[in-house]
Amino acid sequence: MKTETQLNQSDAGMARRAFLRYAGAGVAVAGLAAVGACKKDKNNPNNGLTDVGSGDIGVLNYAYALEQLEAAFYIQVADTSGNVFNNDEKSLLGEIRDHEVAHREFFRKALKDKAIKDLTPDFSAINFGDRTSILTAAKAFEDLGVTAYNGIAFKITSADILTVAGKIVSVEARHAALISNLINPGSFVNADQVDLATGLNKSNGPNAVLAAANMYLKTKVSASSFNF
Amino acid sequence: MNLFNIIEEIEKVDPEVSERISPRRAAIKNITSFGSKVAAASLPFAFGSLFKKAYAQSSPSEVIGVLDFALTLEYLEAEFYKAGLAATGLGMPAADRTNYFEKISRDENAHVTFLQSTITALGGQFTPKSALKFDFTGGGAFGNVMSNYETFLKVSVAFEDTGVRAYKGQAPKLLGNEVVLGAALAIHAVEARHASAVRYVLNDKLGLGLRPWIVSTGSKGNDTGVAGVDGNYNGEQEIMQLGINITDLPNTGNSKTIQSATASFDEPLTKDQVLALLIPAFIKPA
Repeated sequence: MKTETQLNQSDAGMARRAFLRYAGAGVAVAGLAAVGACKKDKNNPNNGLTDVGSGDIGVLNYAYALEQLEAAFYIQVADTSGNVFNNDEKSLLGEIRDHEVAHREFFRKALKDKAIKDLTPDFSAINFGDRTSILTAAKAFEDLGVTAYNGIAFKITSADILTVAGKIVSVEARHAALISNLINPGSFVNADQVDLATGLNKSNGPNAVLAAANMYLKTKVSASSFNF
Repeated sequence: MNLFNIIEEIEKVDPEVSERISPRRAAIKNITSFGSKVAAASLPFAFGSLFKKAYAQSSPSEVIGVLDFALTLEYLEAEFYKAGLAATGLGMPAADRTNYFEKISRDENAHVTFLQSTITALGGQFTPKSALKFDFTGGGAFGNVMSNYETFLKVSVAFEDTGVRAYKGQAPKLLGNEVVLGAALAIHAVEARHASAVRYVLNDKLGLGLRPWIVSTGSKGNDTGVAGVDGNYNGEQEIMQLGINITDLPNTGNSKTIQSATASFDEPLTKDQVLALLIPAFIKPA
């Protein structure tokens, strides 16, 4: 439960963010906020970042943030990649888009009023007219998603939420393998994602995951309560 | 002896592990440098007690039970691919062998070794492979599995998809267990990567529209067109997640269809369900 104090702080943070956005200082603010975040200020986790919160809600919002990013990416692929892909590839990428949208909408609905805001992506580094650029980004997003779900899973306290995370992560892994094989057949379990000695997929904590995800987000996301 | 790799592996998952067991870890590393067979032989027990201290939240017997169940599945898969790669009359194309099945076989073998080592490290005893007998024909249902590549692919798809469901079903038993849950989900993800790849290969062969993910209809989970594996897919047609109907959510493309909604979420199987699918058709006591 939020306390009244936290609500007030959250409101203040929102007002500040809104003001700065309208002041046209978005980029500079993001940079400053990142510096500010290094000074740990537990009472005000916002600091211009969108924080996922703590506990199981925090995990769900973390997943929601990543699914927002993936959905936005595949929507843009479907809308703007023209004839970069053949029809088979187009339909596979369209299906992945639909899965990611379902994941995003599922988390939004499950979180209700606890959901973080809609994130604004920044795909300026991706060339949506180029097959390699698109597939490289897709692979990065899918691999990131798999390592993220697996890395955060032990923090989940509800068996039902853990199960649903498991239901989603294997679909992300199916996507990841397909994309990898579209880039280079047979690369679906290469050493970049799988430790070959143990056969374990790699996993990452939120610090590494969000550092990577934030490169593709105008709205920077933090997970200050999961500091690993 | 691969025990020292485990600590390295766990450190990747759990950077704090060395802090938790720190004072003794230096001692253990020293034991290796002696290269003493006696010391090495006593290591599993030393590790077992360390891990019990470090990860005492879950009941050790339940955790070992999960790992040993997983090991049974990995034995089946590892032996299946070993036999497939060795079968001279199977007709597996050279490219599929190199790109897919040698890699999948490598991973399944690694899973076997990893699970055995982990069970030992936790102070448990794993079921030896010699205690089990494997029948890849599933009691005759797939009689030409080692001489017909199409049948081999179908059985491979069923094994991989079932493996994904099996690991998923065990996750709640490992709730909050950083090391073992992390490892189980890490294998789960690799099984899903395998499933995606073998589905793609099977579709390449048959061209029947099989997708890398499981696309169910409202009434049937099984999308493979393979008779006899309906049970392996039963439940995949679920459209409700945490009480939310996925087909009622805001739509993009086909995201609201039953096909997409079921493909977006893979469903678990319980241990009993998995064992009923595999025993006695594919696995029997030796």
